Amino acid sequence: MSRIGVFVCHCGTNIGGVVNVPEVVEAARHMPLVAYADANKYTCSEVGQASIRDAIREQRLDRVVIASCSPRMHENTFRRTVAAAGLNPYLLEISNIREHCSWVHSDSKDATAKAIDLVRMAVAKVARHESLLPKQVGLTKRALIIGGGITGIQAALDIASAGHEVVLVEKEPSIGGRMSQLDKTFPTLDCSACILTPKMVDVAQHPNITLLTYSEVKEVRGFVGNFEVDILKKAKMVDYVKCTGCGTCWQACPERIPSEFDMGLGSRPAIYIPFAQAVPNKPVIDIANCRYEKYLKWKETEEGPEPPQCRICEGVCPTEAIDRSQKDEIITEKFGAVVVTTGFKTFDHSVYGEYGGGRYPDVISSLELERLMSAAGPTGGEVLRPSDGSHPKNVVFIQCVGSRDDKVGRPYCSKVCCMYTAKHAIMLREHDHEVQCYVFYIDVRAGGKDFEEFARRAQDETGALYLRGRVSQIYQEGKNLKVLGEDSLIGRPVEIEADLVVLATGMEPSDNADLIAQKLNISYNTYNFLIEAHPKLRPVETQTDGIFVAGTCVGPRDIPDCVAHGGAAAAKVVALLSQDSLTTDPLTSIVDPMKCVGCFACKEVCPFNAIDEQVTRDKRTIASINESLCKGCGLCVVACRPGAVNLRGFTSQQLLSEVLTLVRG
Amino acid sequence: MHATAAEYDVSTRLVCQKLGVELRELEDWVCCGASAAHSTDHLLSLALPAHTLKQAEEKGLPLAVPCAMCFSRLKFTLHELENKDTLALVSGAVGKELSTAVTVKPMLQVLADEDIPLPIAKPLSGLKVACYYGCLLVRPPEVVGFDDAENPQTMDHLIERLGAEAIDWGLKTSCCGAGVAFARLDVVLKLSHRILSLAQKSGADCVAVACPMCHANLDMYQKDMTVKLGWKTELPVLYFTQLMGLSLGFSPKELLLDKHITNPLPMLREKKLT
Repeated sequence: MSRIGVFVCHCGTNIGGVVNVPEVVEAARHMPLVAYADANKYTCSEVGQASIRDAIREQRLDRVVIASCSPRMHENTFRRTVAAAGLNPYLLEISNIREHCSWVHSDSKDATAKAIDLVRMAVAKVARHESLLPKQVGLTKRALIIGGGITGIQAALDIASAGHEVVLVEKEPSIGGRMSQLDKTFPTLDCSACILTPKMVDVAQHPNITLLTYSEVKEVRGFVGNFEVDILKKAKMVDYVKCTGCGTCWQACPERIPSEFDMGLGSRPAIYIPFAQAVPNKPVIDIANCRYEKYLKWKETEEGPEPPQCRICEGVCPTEAIDRSQKDEIITEKFGAVVVTTGFKTFDHSVYGEYGGGRYPDVISSLELERLMSAAGPTGGEVLRPSDGSHPKNVVFIQCVGSRDDKVGRPYCSKVCCMYTAKHAIMLREHDHEVQCYVFYIDVRAGGKDFEEFARRAQDETGALYLRGRVSQIYQEGKNLKVLGEDSLIGRPVEIEADLVVLATGMEPSDNADLIAQKLNISYNTYNFLIEAHPKLRPVETQTDGIFVAGTCVGPRDIPDCVAHGGAAAAKVVALLSQDSLTTDPLTSIVDPMKCVGCFACKEVCPFNAIDEQVTRDKRTIASINESLCKGCGLCVVACRPGAVNLRGFTSQQLLSEVLTLVRG
Repeated sequence: MHATAAEYDVSTRLVCQKLGVELRELEDWVCCGASAAHSTDHLLSLALPAHTLKQAEEKGLPLAVPCAMCFSRLKFTLHELENKDTLALVSGAVGKELSTAVTVKPMLQVLADEDIPLPIAKPLSGLKVACYYGCLLVRPPEVVGFDDAENPQTMDHLIERLGAEAIDWGLKTSCCGAGVAFARLDVVLKLSHRILSLAQKSGADCVAVACPMCHANLDMYQKDMTVKLGWKTELPVLYFTQLMGLSLGFSPKELLLDKHITNPLPMLREKKLT
């Protein structure tokens, strides 16, 4: 005969304010097999946990029901509590009388009756619980980082410095990400490249970091501690062992292509490094645009006019490093943990017809302005109008372009635009004292250390005119742009003759963020931002163990937050990789070999590839569960027609006894 | 259409005849109510266009609407009748079972149909036209469902097919001031002046319109602009159907081109188009 203990939590007034806890305790005392029942003000407190441990020992309890908050909140805590008193941690059942009862009901009488029912069900279930033992599995002490922006760089350096191997995969030819495109950073105005490039070099030189640029993650298999990842290494057509990065080839290449790094405002050759401080400082050949590669492609079909041959880079390379025999290659590597830091791109403002829909050359995005301001940019740091190369004097900034706007499906705030616009207003004035800036804004959101002071500086010291309201239309009038808007504080329409209009385009996740999430089996929201395991308490973990997320792929954030986020993810990875083995959750499925008919309906539905085929001694092929992969979702249990699959901790018998208890009253 | 916009009426009929587009005037059409109805009584503003819509539905013909305001009101009514409760309410008011199975198109869309061949007799080569759509023809997009609200192209493509050049300019869908002219002429002068001056600065020889109200504001008040705003230039404002008629071989007199307040004939003569 079992001796079950029931512990009902007041949770302050969270439960006790609605549910009559003493009444629930009294009812529990009379339930079958219950040997002891008591209440606690806060069961999760040290005092509350001690009272459970004491009761288990003194009352010789062999099973425990705790009626409190959701098991998602404290199940692990309470498992440790009962284990400390000598019980198997799985002889515990949590009855959720907070989220499922007191928080959603206001009538005390009904809520109490429901709480009693919930406790009765839990008692019936726990009576059928069995002791379960977790297993130990080994782990690979290596981390994979997807995305080499500032967040990925920080995470890579922190994990590597803790002594673990790191592979950093970056799809572009260089690491550095969006931060490398910026000129200055708010609120201190330190040069972005000056603070970023040393970190990029550290990555390249760190003995524990392997850098895979021009590479993408193709497929991910396995589970925490034991991931197997296919990585596509795109053909660079340059032998990096021979190449010295001297630059002769990219200076000689005759082809010119709009530079992605300069947001199309400048151009680059077909054999290129994206920017001068690129890491690695060695070029790749852009196969789609290389003249000789185009010629080779033409030769396959000989359709259309014959393109010119070129091969100038091969001729000038002093170390014969150009290697056109390189092919795209897929390598498979093992990792214990994965950090996703795939970053962001800026909103495409061409959907805003009222701002010209991308038709006016002097209506540019903020990131384009960054490139125009950068000394390494296409204009050498001189801010010139794209249309005629003149110096703009009247500059209009429009905030919240692709942020806080339901009409374009972007209701969220991108968080950084208010600050970088203040920075732009200050910097433009520094570039040219005659510049007058106008800023159309909804609110100036300057939450952050020294941020408000910085935003005020833009208004007070540089004379930037902040106008609260939206712009209704921009049109070209002669060489200039007419900006029609509203100053909602004085309630009047305003008209500004502008030389340049800068749109504060918001943040959205990089292309294919959703596809990467699917490969890793992690969640993403409607905008494709990745979803953390808990927005407050588990900000870098995901619902899939061993996969971590950080930086702007999770949501809009600025550089200091990204660095902190990358460091946080690194700390979690280091904690994981510091273990010698991992404990697996025993709440997995189990197959009854006598009942299994080998239909493998379970295999069809399993999202984790956890079901293998196994041949029995009597030569029957039946299903068997790989317990390391099984997450205990229970889909196979439902799919199994002969009823051969059961889920430990949630067996059909256990669930049925709950239901029967409820209906029999 | 029979009075102040007779030029639009006459030119539209001539062009339709030439292109083989048969027009049948609804016998019992009523006023759409315009601003007067929709700013005073919501039900009235739906019931008036609904009455006209019902006749088109009974005839089984698509409705071609020359006036942008009428078009807007008819489209708004169709849009609101999508709601079942509104449909029942308005049906009660009109006294007939209404439906939304009526096609309503602006005359511009009907005549710009590229499946209708244009037998051009005199290409309008050398003529630079600023196509002006006004606010009601394309807005709100979710109601009218016609062209792009910020940078529409229907009239531009049509004008190019006539052999003229449609200039690219930024105030195609700005408001001319419309009926505010009766109460605050200064507002209309300012708004219309902005449109005309940008059209001229952008190199246009004339403005083409598809709405009698826009035409009135842009054509009639140019002298007032000269007096009150000191803007001297005269810029002819023509209905797009007049330009079509001209290229299809009708004479300026047939198209009533001599009826405008701002006389287009000197400009057309200079371009050797008359």
